[in-house]
This record gives sequence, structure tokens and C-alpha cells, in this order.
Amino acid sequence: MDVTKPLTGAVRKLSATDLNFYYGDFQALKNISMEIFANQVTAFIGPSGCGKSTFLRTLNRMNETVRNTRVEGKILLDDVNILEQEVAYVRRRVGMVFQRSNPFPKSIFDNIAYGPRINGTVANRAELREKVEQSLRRAALWDEVKDKLNQSAYGLSGGQQQRLCIARALAVDPEVLLLDEPCSALDPIATAKIEDLIFQLKSSCTIVIVTHNMQQAARVADNTGFFLLGHLIEFDNTAVIFKNPAKKETEDYVTGRFG
Amino acid sequence: MTNLHTLRRKAVNIVMLTITGLCTLFAAGTLVYILGYLFVHGATSLTWDFFTKLPTPVGESGGGMANAIVGSGKLLLLASLFGIPIGFLGGVYLAEFGGTTFSYVIRYVTDLLNGVPSIVIGIFAYTMIVLPQKHFSTLAGGLALGVMMIPIAVRSTEEFLRAVPNSLREGAMALGASKARSILTVVIPAAKNGIMTGIMLNLARVAGETAPLLFTSFGNRYWSSGWDQPISALPVMIFTYAIAPYEDWHKQAWAAGFVLLSLILTINIIARAILSSNKHVAR
Repeated sequence: MDVTKPLTGAVRKLSATDLNFYYGDFQALKNISMEIFANQVTAFIGPSGCGKSTFLRTLNRMNETVRNTRVEGKILLDDVNILEQEVAYVRRRVGMVFQRSNPFPKSIFDNIAYGPRINGTVANRAELREKVEQSLRRAALWDEVKDKLNQSAYGLSGGQQQRLCIARALAVDPEVLLLDEPCSALDPIATAKIEDLIFQLKSSCTIVIVTHNMQQAARVADNTGFFLLGHLIEFDNTAVIFKNPAKKETEDYVTGRFG
Repeated sequence: MTNLHTLRRKAVNIVMLTITGLCTLFAAGTLVYILGYLFVHGATSLTWDFFTKLPTPVGESGGGMANAIVGSGKLLLLASLFGIPIGFLGGVYLAEFGGTTFSYVIRYVTDLLNGVPSIVIGIFAYTMIVLPQKHFSTLAGGLALGVMMIPIAVRSTEEFLRAVPNSLREGAMALGASKARSILTVVIPAAKNGIMTGIMLNLARVAGETAPLLFTSFGNRYWSSGWDQPISALPVMIFTYAIAPYEDWHKQAWAAGFVLLSLILTINIIARAILSSNKHVAR
């Protein structure tokens, strides 16, 4: 089943080849092959338990933090297999934002500064300040928090916390940003802000987003992949997936006949 | 018929409410009675000399328990130096690294250790340190109290680390932190207040222990001359003075009881204050 069609002449950033993933004896991903293109937004859709989040989490090897799991296949990031690289290095290049915002119980500043500090990417305090401001600006949060950088991140609203987490991920300058249902706990206004942000970020970053919300995929994504029971059923231009899918399962799902 | 049923229900309600209420009152009342009794007898027997002077010989009035206050402090310091690092690191291991079976065994053994009568721990320290050295010592007493601190330190550290959401560990690791780094820089700081509280309550608990000290640090009517010499402690002094046949010694024992209780109460209050002072509270 060839599901990896070249899409609109873009540069390949990430690609998975024959990827299998197991939780113990349960096979969660079955022979996934896919190409993700630089400076585009790629969305994964599918019903709960279809493997879309699992696949996302293999792309920066976060799945390895779960006990008793196994991965087979290849994931190339700029033609280097990340499964053979040092894991911290992979995660610096491929950042991640989670379903529920997870700010550290620290100040706003220290949250953003966490990545640069542990990775030693800034030389001094002034550079760190600059990095924090730049990251918060990129996440469209600077104006809202610039006067309270030393206050607890827990004082922010849910939407602000999620943008803080995006800023925190951006502070290590990832080349790819993985978003795991980033808006599922947010109201429509906060969701709209995150979606705007995704548009702005894709010029500097490759974005992969898992979403339960098909309208969201249609709004933000250049390409969309449909997952079902651990298989990648179809992967194509977003317009094609939603208007003219090749597979019946895809059509059933996007038209709301199941799932 | 229905009326009778309702009546019966109401009667049962009143009876049960009365019984449970009285039991609560009895439980709380006992505590208030003990505290009140101790306060009346202790506070009236307390003088400034109690904090500054050594015990006087039998028959001579006055004197204090300065050596016992300092002694309790030294014993608790030794106990902390011994018990807290072992308990804390053990708790970190159980919460963050332990596999299922091994952790289960360790947890079970820890709970058993927690249930060992304190006098048995005293015998242990006596056999391990006092017998080979052939004399009682501060070290032996501190070690006995330290052993008593370990299980609580392990379990309280583990509980508070487990309460840290996994999403924080993931968040740190997704930024390129190693597991050890994420524990050091995110998980432990997030649980810091809870762990501190656990340690303080632990200290408060062993501060009142008498049995493990009876044949380890033994007691001393003078200033202790070194860590390997016998030393006085408040709970042991209370024991010695309370069973002595002298009226003024009884008063001293009450004063010591009052001071010890105040000390423990203060530690408890500080511990609660630490726990509730968390400025990073999710809203």
C-alpha cells in the first residue's frame, strides 16, 4: 500500500519507513510509512486509539519513556535515522507540546529558560533573557506576560499556559514541533489563538499536529494523514482528504459516518 | 405503617448520631484533657533555670535540664544526618526508578520496619554500637532514632514524588533533559514542600521517643563530654524524673513534658506552614 505520495514539491524533513510499534504484545502501529515536509503543517486525524498520538510520540522518541515498548523501522530526520541518535539530541531538534498544558511549578521566566539552561545553549544571563523574550514573542505571549515574568506560570489561564508550553518548546530552537491535541482542553478563543500561532510558526518550523477536531485539521494543515487501527489509511493534501479521499474509510470518517 | 417506619428511622438516626458524636467528643476530649493537664502542671513548674541550669543532686532544690534540651537537639541532628539521606534517596528510587516486584518488596519491608517496636530498634543499636564499644553513647542513640526515621522518610518522599504529575517528567524530557536531570530539576523541586513537611513531621515523631534511648544514649546528669559518651535527652529525663520519689523532681518532669510537647507542636506547625506556602498552586 503506497500512501507516501510526494506532495506539492516541498523539501522532505522527516520520514518514517515501515514503522511498527508495540506496547508489550499489542501492536499499536502497523507498517507506517510517511513523509513530512519542511515548513508545512501536517495533521493526523482518526478515532481514539487509532495510533495517531503513538506515531507522533515516536517522532521524538517520547514513546521510549513508557515501559515495555518496542519500535521497529526507520525514522529519518534530514536523512539521519533518529532511532540511532542520542535521544536528548533528537528531542532538542524535535520539540513537543502535550495535550494538557504542563508548565513546571516555576516562574514564567524559569519555564522558558529551562530548555536553554539544561542544554547549555546560552552563554550568559543576557543571552538567556533575550532567548526567553524571543521565544515568548514567537508564541505570541510576550505582551501578556512581560510584566510578570517572575510570577508562577500556574497563574496564567489555560490558553496562556498552552502557549507558554509552546514558547518553552521553541526556546531550544527545534526544527520540528510536534503538537499532541494542543487545543483539546481549550475554549474556542484560546484555540483560535493557537491556530494563528501555528500559521506564524510554520515559516520557521515544521509542524506536526494530532487533532480530534476535523475542522481544525482542515483549517491549519497543508497535509493530513488518516489513521485507523494502527494503519495509516491515507495521506494526502488536506483538501484531497476532506473533499475527495481515495479510500472509503477516510470518506466515512471525514463525513462523520463513524468515529 | 409508613408513619411507624419514619419514626423508627428517626429514632435510629438520633441514637446513632448521639453515639458517634459522643465517641468523637471522647477522642477530642482526651487530647484536650492531656494538653490542659500538661499545660497547668508544666507551665507552672517551668522556670528560666529549667533552660539554663544542670540538674541538681537529690535533695537540693532548683536546677534545670539545659543538658537534656541540648542533648535532644544533638540526638535529633545525628538521627537526621543518618536517617534523612537514606530515607530520601530510597524514596526517590522507589518513586522514580523501582521496578514493580523489587519496589513491592522494598515497600513491604519498609512498612515492616515502620512497625518494629521502638524498643527493639533500641536493642539493635545497643547490640551494634554499645556492646562493641562497651559504653553508652550519643552516637548509638542518634543511630537508633535515625533507623526509626528511615521508613517514614522513604514513604513520605515516595508519596510526594508520586503526586507530581507525569506530564511534568514528560515535559522536561521532551526538552532534552535526561531522566536524572528531569528528576533533579523538575520533579524534586515540585515535591520539595511536601518532602520537607514529611521530614519535619518525622523529626517531631522521633523527638518524643524514649525507649530506643534508654540503653543507647542512656542519660547523663551533666553535659555530655563527646559524641561517644552518654547524653541526656528530654524524654528519658521525663521518664527518670517522673518515677523518682521526689516531689520537686515530678515538677521538673512536668516542665520537661511541657517543653517537649511545645517543641513538637512548633515543628508540626512549621511543617504545615511549609506545606501550605506553595506559591505554585494550580488554579
